[in-house]
Amino acid sequence: MSGAAVMLEGIGKSYGAQRAVHPLDLTVEGGTLVTLLGPSGCGKTTLLRMVAGLETPSEGRLLIGGRDVTRLPPGARNVSMVFQSYALFPHMSVGENVAYGLVSGGMGRREAAKRAEAALEGVGLAGFASRLPSEMSGGQQQRVAVARALVLEPEVLLFDEPLSNLDAKLRRSMREEIRALQQRLGLTVLYVTHDQGEAMAVADRIVVMQAGRIAQQGTPEALYTRPASRFVAGFMGEANLAEGVLGPDALDIGGLAVPVDGRGLPHGPCPVVIRPEAIRLHPAGTPGALPARVLRATCMGGHAEATLETPIGTLFALVPGGFALTPRPGPAAVTLDPAGVVPLPRD
Amino acid sequence: MRSWWALAAAGLLLLPWHVQQDGLTPATMLALGAGEPDMASALTQAVAHGRWWFWPALLALPLALPGLVTGRAAWLLAAGGLGLLAIAAQGLAVGVMGWTAPWLEAAFGPMEDRQFGIGLGGACAVLGFLFLFTEGLARRGLFRGDRFTAGAVGLLALCILLFTAWPVGTMLAQVTTPRDGVPALDAFWLRLADRKVWGAGGVFWNTVVLASASATAATLLGLCFALLVTRTALPGRRALRLLTVLPIITPPFVIGLGLILIFGRSGLVNQAAEALFGVQLGRWIYGFDGVFLAQVFSFTPTAFLVLIGVVEGVSPTLEEASGTLRASPMRTFRAVSLPLMRPGLANAWLVVFVESLTDFGNPILLGGSFGVLSTEIFFAVVGAQQDFGRAAVLAGLMLGLGFGAFFAQRAVVGRRSYVSMTGKGDAGLPTPLPGPVRRLAMAVALPWAALTLAVYALALLGGFVRVWGRDWTLTLSHFARAFALERAPDGALIWAGGAWHSLFTTVQLAAIAAPLTAGLGLLAAWLLARQQFRGRGLLEFALMLTFAVPGTVIGVAYILTFNVPPLELTGTATILVICFVFRNLPVGVRSGMAAMSQLDRSLDEAASTLRASTGRALRTVVLPLLKPALVTALVYSFVRAMTTVSAVIFLVSAEHEMATVFIINRVINGDYGLAIAYCTVLIVLMLAAMGLINLLVGRRRLGRRAA
Repeated sequence: MSGAAVMLEGIGKSYGAQRAVHPLDLTVEGGTLVTLLGPSGCGKTTLLRMVAGLETPSEGRLLIGGRDVTRLPPGARNVSMVFQSYALFPHMSVGENVAYGLVSGGMGRREAAKRAEAALEGVGLAGFASRLPSEMSGGQQQRVAVARALVLEPEVLLFDEPLSNLDAKLRRSMREEIRALQQRLGLTVLYVTHDQGEAMAVADRIVVMQAGRIAQQGTPEALYTRPASRFVAGFMGEANLAEGVLGPDALDIGGLAVPVDGRGLPHGPCPVVIRPEAIRLHPAGTPGALPARVLRATCMGGHAEATLETPIGTLFALVPGGFALTPRPGPAAVTLDPAGVVPLPRD
Repeated sequence: MRSWWALAAAGLLLLPWHVQQDGLTPATMLALGAGEPDMASALTQAVAHGRWWFWPALLALPLALPGLVTGRAAWLLAAGGLGLLAIAAQGLAVGVMGWTAPWLEAAFGPMEDRQFGIGLGGACAVLGFLFLFTEGLARRGLFRGDRFTAGAVGLLALCILLFTAWPVGTMLAQVTTPRDGVPALDAFWLRLADRKVWGAGGVFWNTVVLASASATAATLLGLCFALLVTRTALPGRRALRLLTVLPIITPPFVIGLGLILIFGRSGLVNQAAEALFGVQLGRWIYGFDGVFLAQVFSFTPTAFLVLIGVVEGVSPTLEEASGTLRASPMRTFRAVSLPLMRPGLANAWLVVFVESLTDFGNPILLGGSFGVLSTEIFFAVVGAQQDFGRAAVLAGLMLGLGFGAFFAQRAVVGRRSYVSMTGKGDAGLPTPLPGPVRRLAMAVALPWAALTLAVYALALLGGFVRVWGRDWTLTLSHFARAFALERAPDGALIWAGGAWHSLFTTVQLAAIAAPLTAGLGLLAAWLLARQQFRGRGLLEFALMLTFAVPGTVIGVAYILTFNVPPLELTGTATILVICFVFRNLPVGVRSGMAAMSQLDRSLDEAASTLRASTGRALRTVVLPLLKPALVTALVYSFVRAMTTVSAVIFLVSAEHEMATVFIINRVINGDYGLAIAYCTVLIVLMLAAMGLINLLVGRRRLGRRAA
């Protein structure tokens, strides 16, 4: 089983006069995992449901493996989906749940049950087939939902916020499992989430959505280090926004010359993103540093979070080190690590 | 798709097209080439008997063939559409007396022939063509390309059209029926402007005043009950809740009979007054007072049921917030709780208003010379006047009132009124009632509950007394007359009692109607709650509007419409079953909607992404999880079919007599004992039916272990 490419050509959705998704193009290469990332209401779930066939696009074309499936009902598309609520049928056993799609497709019950058992084994749930979903933990239910989707050997697998009902620890291990499974089987996966950490952990490419449009797409690294807008910068990790002046060699931020990659932007004043981990704290009066004042600092265990007042605005900084190294409120100075300073295009 | 074509073909080619006077037998089923034209299939009638008006419908069959082979939507749409139109046109154009309208004769020349109503063949052909048509629509991409949805919508639309819109339209057209040589329009104005309708004491004002009074009283009483049950720690409040079951299982005359036995001329109170004080209380119970009293007794439990939900819907958090903002319990109640309940109170008022509007049993029993619309319509149809035009005008007025209440209800409760609120209570404890309110509610509700029980008890006791008021000997003779069993000399059982026949008919028809009602209702609920398609809003609106048509109006509309071909149903059991199904459909839809709103939508979506067709998803996922709603719908539609009277009173025949109609005839003859005995049996029977259906359909298997 290897995944097929998904192509969205000018796909859009409106409800009456209201646009949920503006017409957009998007390609998911076969065998890759692409996440749709964005705040709630940005249209990412609508987009996913259109690929699944649960919503009909108002315009545009949808191709899976080169075949136009725009008008096909969900069952005829060779996609399967893992729902946010898992949507396990509560009146069927786990085995029946996993075999459901196979039986719907016309497979004999015995054969279907055998394959379901194999699929359950694949997600580490061998021997659970006769249980009811309600007798399993959240993480186990999640795996059943994945097995139920995988057993159909779909060309495309869709995830709609699959981990949002799990606790933080389980979320971390489940997302690694999903990523491992996807790479082992070479699946094409479209994955909706609003958690940027989750998106970075699983994705080959991330598509950031804002108000029904694609704000930016690219690899996690590209999005983090070269965001196209304040929105993307703010959504991909923490970001301090400041004003700077881009020159030929360096970016001038409040008198501090930071030698950054100009990204081909026009020289002159521009907004600047300063990542919290790029802020270096120094003793007050350090030459070549901006004067600053530590307003608050909280140790989070391994590192501290500090709020600084500086001539370029209030900055949120991450300071490495444990309790002993947590800065105390009072005067200080800051410099900026060029790797975490990104000039943005003017909007 | 092919099977629908085959169904249409069977209907046109093989099965007898018209309804068979002597019923269908296996021998008359195959009607291809029958010698008698009225027993033949459409094809045979067209070929062998010169009934050329069948050709267009027959032509639709080959027209569909290219569609079957290529799957092209255009052929299916054309064939299905032509078939339906051709069948409707020939049915409406040619009746038992030849052409049904003069202009047809002018256009096509004189008609020697005639035809009767559509039978099995016609019904099959209509369904076949309908589903071919919807299949075509689905292929065109409508209904999101889903053939099951398309078919279900088509079926529902056809049902609404055939069994509500058309009859009501026909009835309204009758308002201009000429009378005594008066021209049509004048006849209409004469009837509408009748002093007996609009004058002081006219039926229109009688009806409105009675309904308003009953609604106000029942709502206030219902509120007291609801507050007591949900907001106090009153011992025995569980038992109070049982009151809400009463209207469901009560045949329509029990309360009226109970009141007669207490306040009637030989009733307890009158006898006591005469014996103790020598006072003649007379017959005050017959008239407005009596009907009002009976309706308040009958409908308070209904208002109570509605208002329980309303009171429980008031968020405790808001009341607690009010409490923390230093409001006294009384101020919280007046300034927060009561205003939040206002839409619910208005809704309850309107529900009772409509109940009173359509009530037939109480006014006919206790009205005396106090006429209301439902009884006047009845007398206009069956009485000496036989004035269908007058019945139609009065029914039109009732329809107007019903629709008025319906739109008011929508305005009050909001657009999604139909989806029952999910009782998702947020955190917090409901604030106890302020003292004065609690005392008032108790002072009003508890005596009323006692009175209600007394009325029921006395009513049922009446079945065991020889002659109420004169001969108090206990006896089972009333039961014996109704339900006697005898042995014939050869040992065979004879159902000798007078009530057996109507009881069997009632149970049989109710049992046929119940699954149809539940099935159609749940299907409609599923369509409205789960499917997105163009025209969904329209379908919902049409459906709700049909539910707002009062039963009496439906009864009159049915006899006016289904007396003549193309649907000749008067006097058959079919018309009664259809009436039950459409009168009780709201029950099925409502319980389906309520259950569906509790069911995570992603479950059916999951099924559809797992390759299940819509039909399979419905059967394997939605239906099993809807079992409780299915039970409710089955029980209610069965029980309501057994107790309904307003519509069926127009539709019964000697052969198919219903229990309620049998009872009312006994009451009219003054035979209270037998009537009450029969009511008692009905109540027992309905309780048994509720238990039995519960048992049969079983509990939903969710596997949640009891903790």
